[in-house]
Amino acid sequence: MKDTKNTKSIMIVGVGGQGTLLASRVLGHAILQGGYDVKVSEVHGMSQRGGSVVTYVRYGKRVDSPTVDQGQADLLLAFEQLEAARWLPWLKPGGKIVVSTQRIDPMPVITGAAAYPEGLIEKIRDKGVEVLPLDALSLAAEAGSPKAINVVLIGLLSRQMEFAPEVWERALEECVPPKFLEINRKAFALGRDALHLQP
Amino acid sequence: MKKLMLGNEAVARGLYEAGCCLASSYPGTPSTEITEAAAKYDDLYCEWAPNEKVAMEVALGASIGGRRSFCAMKHVGLNVAADPLFTASYTGVNAGILIAVADDPGMHSSQNEQDSRHYAIAAKIPMLEPSDSAECRDFAKLAYELSEQFDTPVLLRLSTRVSHSQSLVEEGERAVPEQKQYEKNAAKYVMMPAFAKRKHPAVEERTRALAAYAEASPLNRMELNDARIGVITSGAAYQYAREALGEGASYLKLGMVHPLPAGLIADFAARVDTLYVIEELDDVIESFVRKLGIQCRGKELFPLCGELSPNLVAEKLLGQRPETISLEEAIPVRPPVMCAGCPHRGLFYILARNHCMVSGDIGCYTLGAGAPLNAMDTTICMGASISGLHGFNKVCGPESERRSVAVIGDSTFMHSGMTGLANVAYNGSNSTVIILDNSITGMTGHQQNPTTGYNIKGDPACKISLEKVCEALGIRRVSVVDPYDLKAVEERLKEELAVEEPSVIISRRPCALLKHVKHGAPLSIDPERCRSCRACMKIGCPAISMKALAAGGTPKAVIDPTQCVGCGVCGQLCGFGAVGQQEGGKAE
Repeated sequence: MKDTKNTKSIMIVGVGGQGTLLASRVLGHAILQGGYDVKVSEVHGMSQRGGSVVTYVRYGKRVDSPTVDQGQADLLLAFEQLEAARWLPWLKPGGKIVVSTQRIDPMPVITGAAAYPEGLIEKIRDKGVEVLPLDALSLAAEAGSPKAINVVLIGLLSRQMEFAPEVWERALEECVPPKFLEINRKAFALGRDALHLQP
Repeated sequence: MKKLMLGNEAVARGLYEAGCCLASSYPGTPSTEITEAAAKYDDLYCEWAPNEKVAMEVALGASIGGRRSFCAMKHVGLNVAADPLFTASYTGVNAGILIAVADDPGMHSSQNEQDSRHYAIAAKIPMLEPSDSAECRDFAKLAYELSEQFDTPVLLRLSTRVSHSQSLVEEGERAVPEQKQYEKNAAKYVMMPAFAKRKHPAVEERTRALAAYAEASPLNRMELNDARIGVITSGAAYQYAREALGEGASYLKLGMVHPLPAGLIADFAARVDTLYVIEELDDVIESFVRKLGIQCRGKELFPLCGELSPNLVAEKLLGQRPETISLEEAIPVRPPVMCAGCPHRGLFYILARNHCMVSGDIGCYTLGAGAPLNAMDTTICMGASISGLHGFNKVCGPESERRSVAVIGDSTFMHSGMTGLANVAYNGSNSTVIILDNSITGMTGHQQNPTTGYNIKGDPACKISLEKVCEALGIRRVSVVDPYDLKAVEERLKEELAVEEPSVIISRRPCALLKHVKHGAPLSIDPERCRSCRACMKIGCPAISMKALAAGGTPKAVIDPTQCVGCGVCGQLCGFGAVGQQEGGKAE
């Protein structure tokens, strides 16, 4: 493989309907202000209906592939524990995971055909991976809407990136409809200051 | 300043800047956002057509009328529009026409994985293929020049990763060419045999001229680096090859995938040691290269199925595999499901309970095929539910007619269900057709259609009555039920299955995700009354799960209040009255 040290790869994974698309858009707009080349690859259509969804965000001097392959992601932003585990093979050794501790049962678990694995975060840590878990759902509710988990998580993720707070503020303004801006500002701030809340 | 745009948005930008004046499309993932984005430009007329064939014919009409026009569709939509496509190749254009077709390698949201490049070859129409959003804009603009210069429609091939990836685009100004005069010209526009016979040689000559253009076109370029590896590639595959090989390989990047430049390919092949063709889906470029007598490696290394990736290129060309981390235990799959409150759920539950043979169709309701409902027997293409059921019943007889149904959405019915229903009435099978009217085109992300009463801009429009259409097509028994009312649905179903004539049941309830749909307060389950019988689990609602309320206790059904929209279907299945309003619950 060519030297990709200068290209950063982030994956946003979750369950269709959780708002991963908005998270990737905010992230993309923040990166754009840094003057980087950037690509954001989304999933639309059928898998959005409660299925496992993934968005890829890549930036650097020059970005070729819009997608991220197994073993290539620097950061994994997971909206749900099982999804963090599912996409773990995509993480680069030495990469980090930001994960919402929320648990959403997939249909095979609901129907009793499979069990939801216990202790996923510990098991991922046992593999030597740095995991930053967060109860994003509670913080989103505190901000004013449980739907704002996406922006709470972006807030926490922002601590792992080099951009100044004003950059994120502008990205939010560009991506969020004005009437939801206040809630999302609050959600972002709660996420950004949440490092100490980690379980 | 450059903007971050989806490939689809960039195509819309390109046609806007090129002075396109009309876009007519039918939604289809991954093409939908092109026309949605185009509709945001006030001076570009856009519409949702009932199907792709209509859309393409509308665009052709606009071209003949003298304005640059556009239509977009997914790969399978081009099957529907193939009829006008092949003859538009003969008529050519007046003002330019661009046809975008979005393939879905990997079948993220499709029923097959066809390669649309075959259409360009078969219809003898030039096809461009961009690799990122900037090229989406540039190629869309250039396509109009080519269309007018060579008197041909132009195809723009997209794929999921190009359509649905955002990358940087420089915007330009809109320039609208003066409307071209329409002049009556039967020899050009009336494709009866006498005129068509003269046109075919002109089409062959045009392809030769386009092939000559391709040799020196800016659409095709060589990137000469390390000469040991040479890669001919296009579209998303170019990005994967660049990612994996960087400056360690030379590239012939083809932006025009039909016709292909024989001279340029031979020139490139002579400059490199080993020649690879890296393309997604079929071996279209590879076959062409081999026909030129040039040795290359392609599908012997890369699959015909699914998407390619940088890792795959690195593995096949360099023998490199990435280091990965994974857990030992199995991770349960998470297939897509009908949303909480989906109006289709109750209906499919009743179909499953009555052991119906269900002839299915394309839309959100295809998810009725999944566990635990398992209530779909066939899904083939848009409209096949009704026509397929008719054929099934013709050979399986009255016994089948009393236990089989077709299910089709409102938008799919307008797309290509009506002709199938006319056939049921005309050729007389006692088929029962259920139209799942959720008042929107759902799976593709909420587009209006002729039955919703609104146009693409959200403005009020003619609302076609499904009841009246069905009656006019010869069906005397047309009734409407609310799919949230399981008892009513079951009664209606049993009656229509028993009756000795064709009938239509319209299962009517708007999609629960529509903004204007008011939700009930979330429901909850009284753990004292719940007997853990799992009756409420049979509908496969993602908001209901079994959880032990205390460690080691018996699991009880629990409703997730963040997902529940209070549809009440689960409550109708509970024999113990355990499902009720949550205390202090408020409707949204």
